[in-house]
Amino acid sequence: MSSHVRTARLDQMVDQMERAAHIKKMLEQGEKKPYKDVIDVCWGDPHGAGMKPLTFVRQVLAACLYPQLLDAGNLPMDVKRRAQKLLSWCDGGSVGSYTNTAGILEIVEKLAQFISQRDGVAAHPENIWIHPGSQTSLTQSILTLLLSSEATPKRGVLVPVPGYSTVPLSVTALGGVAAPYFLDEEGGWELRADELRRALASARGVCRPVALYVINPGNPTGHVQSRKSMEEVIRFVAENNLFLLADEVYQGSVYDADSEFVSYKKRLYELGPPLAHTLELASFHSASKGLGECGLRGGYVELVNMDPGIMPYVERLFHLIPSAPVTGQIALELMVEPPQPGDPSYPLYMHEMEHTRRTLVDNVKRVLQVLNRLPAISCQPVQGGAFAFPRLHLTTKAICKAKEAGMQPDMFYCTKLLEDAGVFVSPGCEYGQKEGTYHIRFCIMTPADTMEELLRRLSAFHLKFMKDFS
Amino acid sequence: MSQTDVNGAPRRGKVLTLDTMNPNIKQVEYAVRGAIVQRAVKIEKELREGAKKPFTEVIKANIGDAHAMGQKPITFLRQVLAMCAYPELLKDDGFPTDAKQRARRILEACGGHSIGAYSASQGIECIRRDVSRFIERRDGGVASDPDDVFLSTGASDAIVTMLKLMVSGEGRTRTGVLIPIPQYPLYSAAIADLGGVQISYYLDEDKCWSLDVAELRRALRAAREHCQPRVLCIINPGNPTGQVQSRQCIEDVIRFAKEERLFLMADEVYQDNVYAEGCEFHSFKKVLFEMGPEYSSTVELASFHSTSKCYMGECGFRGGYMEIVNMDPAVKAQLVKLVSVRLCPPVPGQALLDLVVNPPQPDEPSYAGFMKERTAVLDALAKKARMTEQIFNKVPGITCNPVQGAMYTFPRITLPPKAIDKAKEEGQAPDMFYCMRLLEEEGICLVPGSGFGQREGTFHFRMTILPPAEKLELVLQKISAFHQRFTKEFS
Repeated sequence: MSSHVRTARLDQMVDQMERAAHIKKMLEQGEKKPYKDVIDVCWGDPHGAGMKPLTFVRQVLAACLYPQLLDAGNLPMDVKRRAQKLLSWCDGGSVGSYTNTAGILEIVEKLAQFISQRDGVAAHPENIWIHPGSQTSLTQSILTLLLSSEATPKRGVLVPVPGYSTVPLSVTALGGVAAPYFLDEEGGWELRADELRRALASARGVCRPVALYVINPGNPTGHVQSRKSMEEVIRFVAENNLFLLADEVYQGSVYDADSEFVSYKKRLYELGPPLAHTLELASFHSASKGLGECGLRGGYVELVNMDPGIMPYVERLFHLIPSAPVTGQIALELMVEPPQPGDPSYPLYMHEMEHTRRTLVDNVKRVLQVLNRLPAISCQPVQGGAFAFPRLHLTTKAICKAKEAGMQPDMFYCTKLLEDAGVFVSPGCEYGQKEGTYHIRFCIMTPADTMEELLRRLSAFHLKFMKDFS
Repeated sequence: MSQTDVNGAPRRGKVLTLDTMNPNIKQVEYAVRGAIVQRAVKIEKELREGAKKPFTEVIKANIGDAHAMGQKPITFLRQVLAMCAYPELLKDDGFPTDAKQRARRILEACGGHSIGAYSASQGIECIRRDVSRFIERRDGGVASDPDDVFLSTGASDAIVTMLKLMVSGEGRTRTGVLIPIPQYPLYSAAIADLGGVQISYYLDEDKCWSLDVAELRRALRAAREHCQPRVLCIINPGNPTGQVQSRQCIEDVIRFAKEERLFLMADEVYQDNVYAEGCEFHSFKKVLFEMGPEYSSTVELASFHSTSKCYMGECGFRGGYMEIVNMDPAVKAQLVKLVSVRLCPPVPGQALLDLVVNPPQPDEPSYAGFMKERTAVLDALAKKARMTEQIFNKVPGITCNPVQGAMYTFPRITLPPKAIDKAKEEGQAPDMFYCMRLLEEEGICLVPGSGFGQREGTFHFRMTILPPAEKLELVLQKISAFHQRFTKEFS
C-alpha cells in the first residue's frame, strides 16, 4: 500500500466518529442514557445540526430534478424561470448530463460576475473551475500541481496552526511537508508576520517551501483578518516566492460588527502593479458554507496570475478530477444569484436569510457569554466562520488521566463529553495547537434552542469534569 | 536594472511553471475530453455566433452521455429525488406512494433530514445496506457486507482512490498496473498522475475483443523486468470495445490473478448494457465465489458500479460505489481514512444509487411505468447496437465487431498510406487526423482510437450509440460517406 496513505487522519478521531454513530443508534433503539439525543456539532454542517435549507434553493433544485413541476401550478414564477434557465444550460435539458470539466459554462460566467462585483476587479471565467467541494479543488488540483513525491528536497506548504486538518494531511499524502505557522491566540488568533518569518526559516531547514495556505475567516479560529494582516501576508508571499492558497469558504459568515471580509484578490489589486499582476493566488469558495448545502458538493477555485504555459496541464489534470455534480453546480449558481427585490421569492428568502443571520450572531454571543463565565474555559471572539474554538485550562490530574488512557488531554475531554453528556465536538489536537494548550471545536451554525441545550450540557459537564479532576 | 517595484517588494518569477510543476502531470492525457472535443466546443461556439458550416449542429458522439443525446430520465427516479430536495412535495398528491416512501426513508437517513448535510464518508449506511442486498440478489445469494461497500463520486472516484492506495514504490519496485488495450483512458491517466507503471495487455480484435490469458501472461512477464506488477484491471462489459466476457474467461482471469498474486479491479459500470444473443453479464464476485473457497477466500477484488450508465444514464449526479473483497483489514482501515479526506460523495448521487439498487417492485404502483421506461431504453440501445454493426460493416475499409454491450462502437478503419503520411506531416496521429476532418466536414465528434490504445499500425475510432435511432442512422450514413470520400481523396 502506498506509504503516503498511511499518514492520513488520526485513528482516534475515526474511533470517535464510530462511537458517536453507535450511541445515536442505541438511543434510537430506546436505550436509556442521561440525554435523549446526541448533539452533533463536530462538523461545519448546518443542516446536520438542524438548520433549514433556503426554500428558494430547494424549490429550484426540485424543479430541475423533475421538470414536470414546471407545468404544475404550485411553484413561484421566479423559481420556474430560474429552473428553466438552468435546465437550458444543461445538455439535453437534463441535470443528468455530463458537463464541461470546469463546470457549466454559464454558471462559471455567473461566478466570474459574482467575484467581479464582490471585488470591484474583473474576474475571468477561464480562470474559474468548479469542483465537488473546495477541498477537492485544493487537494486534487493545486496541491497536486505544486507538490511532487519525487522532489528532493521535499516541497513544503506553510499551514496555519490551528487549522483545518485536511490540508496538512493531503500535503503529506502528496509527498510534501506541511510546515506549521502558529496563530496568536492572545491576539484573537491573528496571523502575525513575525511568526510567518519564523515558520518559513524553520521550514527551510527541512523542505523547499512553495506555498502558503491561509484560511480567512479562520477554521477553527473564527478570526477575520484585518487589512494590515492581509497586506503583510501578501508582501511576505511575494518576497519569499510562495504560491498563495486562500481558503475563503466562510466569506459569507461574518458576525462581528467591526470585522469585514475582503478577498485576498481584492487586497492584492489594491496594492497595485506589479504585485497585482504577478503574485500567484488560488482562492476557494463553496456552496457548503455559502449556502449550508454541504451534501451537494459544489465548490470552485479561482486561479489568479498563473503562468500561461502551465494552463494546458492544469486543464489536463482537472479532467482527472470527478466533475462537480450538476446539483452542486446549481447550488453555486443560486448562491451567487439570489432572488432580487421585486421577485416573488424575495420576501421569504430575505426572511430566512435574516433569521439565519440573527441566529448565528446570537449563538456567538451566547457562546462567549456562557463560556467566558465558566472557570477553566475561555474563548476568543468568534468574528466569523462556522465554529467556536474555546480553550480548556485543564488540571495536571486531568492531563495525567488522559495520558494513562493513551489520549491527548482534549481528546480525552471530548470522549467523556460525548459519553456523559451526548455532545459530539472535536478536540484541538485535530487542528494543531501550541504545545501544552488544549481546545475543543464545535459548530455554531445550529438552531437557537440546540445551542442553548448544547451550552447547558457543556457547562454542566465542564463543571463536573473540573471537579472530578481537581 | 532595479529588482524592486513601487510597492517595495522585489520582482519575482512564477512559483508554478512547467519546470517546477509536478512532473507526473506531463504524462496525463484524457482523450475523451481532449483536443478533438475542445475543437468541437469551439465549432459549437462559432455556430452559435452564426457561422456558416456544412452542418447546423455538432453531434457529440464522443462521450457516453445518454441524456445529452436526448434520452429521457426515468420518471420514478426523478420524482423521488425532487421530493428529497424539497420535502414539501411529499404532501403533493401527484406523486405515487412508493416514491414518497423511498424519499422519506432516504431523508430519515440524512443528517437533519436534509440532502444538504454531509454524510458519513463511506456513504449513508442504509444505502450501503441496500447496495449489499442488491449485490446479493444479483449474485444469486453470495453474501455482501455493507462495510465492504464504499459509495463514491461516480465510479471514477473509487477507481482513482484504489489506485492511490495501491500505487507506490520507486524504480524497479514501482507498482505495475495491468490495463487492457484498448482501454478507458481514465486508467492510463490516473496511473501516470500517480507515478505508477502502465502494463498494457492487448484484447484480441479478431476474436471480438476477447481477453486471452496467454496475452496477460506475456504482458506480465515482460513487465516484471522493470516494475512490480500488483494490479489487474478489467472492464466488463468493455469500454471502448463493448465485449462481454464469457464466464470461462472470467474464471481464467481469476485463476491468473491468484497465481500471480494480483489485485483485481473489475469495472462493471455497464453491467445492464448487454445486447448480443448468447452474451450474459457475469459479475466477477459471483464467479469468484462459485469457484470455491480456495479462490473466494484469497483473491483480492474491487468491483465498481455507477449511476452514469445502464438504463439510467445519470452522469451528472456522480453516483457510484465499489465493493471490496478479501482486502487486508489493516489496509481497509487506511482506505476508510483515505476516503474521509474528501468528506463525502454527493448526497443526491447517493440517493439516486439507492433507487437504482432498490427499484419499484411488481406489487408497487410505479412498477409498470418504471419497467416500461427501462425496457424502452435498453431495447433502443440493443437495436442501435445492431444497426451500427450492420451499417458500418457494409463500408469497404470499416470493420466493426459486434457491439455486445456497453454504449460504444470501436470500428477499425483502413487508412490509405497517403493519409497516414499527411497526418504525420501535421504532427497528428492518423486516426486523429481522420476524426478532425470528419468533425470539420460533418460536425460529428468522435474519439480517435489512439486515445484508447490500439495495436501498432491499426486505426480505430470510438463512437457512442446514444443518439436517437433516426439521428444515429443519419450519423452512420454520414460517416460511411465521409470514409469513402476520405479514402478516395488520399488514394
